[in-house]
Amino acid sequence: MSLSLRVWSGRQPRARTDKVAALLTWLSALVLLVFLALPLLAMLGKALRDKSDQFVGLANFAGLFTPRFVFLLGNSLSVAVISTLVVVPLAFVFAAALTRTCMPGRPVFRMLALIPLLAPSLLPGISLIYLFGNQGLLKSWFAAAGISIYGPWGIVLGEMFYTFPHALMILLTALALADARLYEAATALGAGRMRQFATVTLPSVRYGLISAAMLVFTLVMTDFGVPTIVGGRYDVLAVEIYKQVIGQQNFGRGAVYGICLLLPAVLSWVLDRHVQRKQQAMLSARAQPLQPKRQPLRDALALLVCVVIALWLLGMLGVSVAAAFIKQWPYNLSLTLAHFDFDNMDGGGWQAWRNSLRLAGGAALVGGVVAFIGAYWVEKTRAAPLGRATINMLAILPMAVPGLVLGLGYIFFFNAPGNPLNVLYGTMALLVLCTVVHYYSTAHLTALTALKQLDGEFEYVAASLQVPFWTTLRRVTLPICLPAVLDIARYYFVSGMTTLSAVIFLYTPDTVLSAVAVLNMDDAGDTAAAAAMASLIVATSVAVCLVFGGVSWWALRRTQRWRLR
Amino acid sequence: MKADPVIHLTQTAALGLGGISKRFGSFSALRDIELAVHKGEFVCLLGPSGCGKTTLLRIIAGLDSADTGRITMHGKDVTHLPPAKRDYGIVFQSYALFPNLTVTQNIAYGLKGRRQDQRQRVTELLSLIDLAGIEDRYPNQLSGGQQQRVALARALATSPGLLLLDEPLSALDARVREHLRREIRSLQQRLGITTIMVTHDQEEALTMADRIVVMNHGVIEQIGTPEDIYARPQSRFVAEFVGRANWLPGVVEAGHCVRTGDVSLQLPDSAAVKTGDAVQLFIRPEAISIEARWQGGRNAVLAQLISQELLGGFCRLTLSVPAMGNLNLIADVSRPTLAQLRLDQGQRLPLTLSPAALRVFTDEAAA
Ligand SMILES: Nc1ncnc2c1ncn2[C@@H]1O[C@H](COP(=O)(O)OP(=O)(O)OP(=O)(O)O)[C@@H](O)[C@H]1O
Ligand SMILES: [Mg+2]
Repeated sequence: MSLSLRVWSGRQPRARTDKVAALLTWLSALVLLVFLALPLLAMLGKALRDKSDQFVGLANFAGLFTPRFVFLLGNSLSVAVISTLVVVPLAFVFAAALTRTCMPGRPVFRMLALIPLLAPSLLPGISLIYLFGNQGLLKSWFAAAGISIYGPWGIVLGEMFYTFPHALMILLTALALADARLYEAATALGAGRMRQFATVTLPSVRYGLISAAMLVFTLVMTDFGVPTIVGGRYDVLAVEIYKQVIGQQNFGRGAVYGICLLLPAVLSWVLDRHVQRKQQAMLSARAQPLQPKRQPLRDALALLVCVVIALWLLGMLGVSVAAAFIKQWPYNLSLTLAHFDFDNMDGGGWQAWRNSLRLAGGAALVGGVVAFIGAYWVEKTRAAPLGRATINMLAILPMAVPGLVLGLGYIFFFNAPGNPLNVLYGTMALLVLCTVVHYYSTAHLTALTALKQLDGEFEYVAASLQVPFWTTLRRVTLPICLPAVLDIARYYFVSGMTTLSAVIFLYTPDTVLSAVAVLNMDDAGDTAAAAAMASLIVATSVAVCLVFGGVSWWALRRTQRWRLR
Repeated sequence: MKADPVIHLTQTAALGLGGISKRFGSFSALRDIELAVHKGEFVCLLGPSGCGKTTLLRIIAGLDSADTGRITMHGKDVTHLPPAKRDYGIVFQSYALFPNLTVTQNIAYGLKGRRQDQRQRVTELLSLIDLAGIEDRYPNQLSGGQQQRVALARALATSPGLLLLDEPLSALDARVREHLRREIRSLQQRLGITTIMVTHDQEEALTMADRIVVMNHGVIEQIGTPEDIYARPQSRFVAEFVGRANWLPGVVEAGHCVRTGDVSLQLPDSAAVKTGDAVQLFIRPEAISIEARWQGGRNAVLAQLISQELLGGFCRLTLSVPAMGNLNLIADVSRPTLAQLRLDQGQRLPLTLSPAALRVFTDEAAA
């Protein structure tokens, strides 16, 4: 025997690493419990109390049987349904053009279509007012039809802009899952184009269509950025919550309405989870990716549709940007930077923008770490099963919780007199944590997907070599997942820049944010400054995405050398 | 390494399994597994897909826990110890090499101590597995066989007392597989490391193992040396699963014979049977001897050639025996023998089913 059987000492007793893992897992679970579950419970509790915080049972729910509520609900439902019916087919055509045709410039169109994600939902409202409002450039268009932009039509137009990329992303995924073998089989069996569409395409994307419809419906139901700007007298539930809480300090009523928003969101979320499972089951491992063939007529048509949609998106963005630099729309079109002189206006000044940067940076950092680590416990460790189950369950909940509802819950929970966490109330730290939780689901699922791609046996090998989990996490898991972690951080940054609904209840004069400033300036009638601030948000998001792109590229080139063959 | 014929669950066994059972819901994956592995022994867990081999290996590794039973390593009870407290190295079917670490870093992954010592140890291991010169490559720049050996080196780096291999060769092509079989075996013998390997490839088990544990539906069918398993299978399942088998139904007659059809076959002396029992006789294809011309003698019958099939170094004949009610038999003959026989389709051939090559099964048990 040529080898000496040396004993390699310094072994880590597993019991200790197991304890550490269990402790940390529970810490992750605790973050979600305290910053998600408890605030939601607090909100539910608040629904049972009146203005002076007396327990009143279900009295607040009586508000649900008033004509006022029926009016609000009817309005919310109408705009949500109409927006869904318009956006989903548009997004479907766009997604199909990107995935199923050979039209030129597909990557560019894909990027352009995601632009709305970089803007707060207030921006489309502002643009619509510049286009079709009282002083609007194209006011005559709407006037001719005898309708006003201030109302349901304005809301639907604004929501179309806001929800389009969300629907598009889901449909892109659904359409990308095409199995070329099915189309080949259909062609071989002599099925015509229409027949193939009906028997192959539609069935394979129907779950995607359902998911997209659910998402758009929920986003519109719970969005309050667009309707506050262009809603006029057409009140919807989301705006009413804001008014009840901020305007009238009627927390009980706000909580009850909040629960009403939570219901459709949770319902569509449950349905969506069910549907997604089916979609996954449909995906056969041996599916062959579809390579679209050149068809000049179809490709040209697709190009036309995409150009129109992209121009519309760019136009909506462009109007706000233009308005930001124009002295007085539409009377004096000379250029100026005056609208960026935020410090001499109400709304928060440049401080708001700096705060937003801090919030976005903090969310990127904290969210990137918390979401990745949380997913790591769930996917890769075996300690604290109950803690892992808690994380797994709570992590996907934020998807079903509208920002307004989360924000309300934060007021009720963190502002409660007896709560020791009271010290957080009104701080930037709480805003950061709120944002981290608000966008947790997407981040968690991104991390989980990346972790699932790693061989599940790495951890077992490490255990057999008596290497503690944190070493494997640091040396193997994290380096391999670096691209996903950077993705999560970028997502958090952009969300932190544009977020409004949850933080609207939580900011103080010291922590005012740029999206809030947009809202306040618009309220004060300073629409041009609001447009300027909204444009600044978009510009910052774009710049940060570019920086992130650059950093990722550089980091990947340095750390992912092993991917090369 | 010579295997003891009688194994007890003793204090000295490198690995002892006593009464291991495992259920997944209502499905019983393992039932009452008893096994003792000696120090330095190479044991193969062999069985068809889904019989519970991987489950058993994972229980030994501490990656799953058994519902009942005890696991000891060198007399120490490790049943409730976590994986890191058990002393073993493991190679998975997927190898699970860390893709972002170089070969050196992979092999040194479990090593502690000074960097220089680690380096020296890696060099030592690389020369041991015959792969010097690939230190700085990443796993996806290696061939399957190289990856396999790196995974092996990583598992051996900390000099564990036990090596666990889960179908380590199944992802490789036939030629590499054959080469690595020999290499792993000789490495194991040089290091004297106790090894348990899971496989569903009987050839692999027969060529590599000191002892084979044949499993089926979660129970051990037989434990024995390759020779035992092949020549003296203890159940119909083992006989069928390892190698090819001919089965001749019959009834025991007076004079230590079995009548099958019109033929009376002499049994080996060792067979303990009662007159009147219904039995199955078992004989391996290569144990059937074929003569060029009829010479009579014990257990000789005439058969008709139905087809012949060339399988490389030997030829498989399908024969029909009229005197046994046209029972079909297969017989393997070497190419030189074949050349001497000069066979024609439909030709009649004299066969001898020598008593020593016959085994008698009553129902399931071997007699
Ligand atoms: N986690 C589990 N839950 C439920 N059933 C399981 C689980 N793991 C294994 N089984 C079942 O236990 C049986 C034995 O599985 P095991 O993986 O040990 O088989 P195997 O002998 O290794 O087969 P193969 O040669 O295909 O790898 C199988 O029927 C399998 O379906
Ligand atoms: Mg297996």
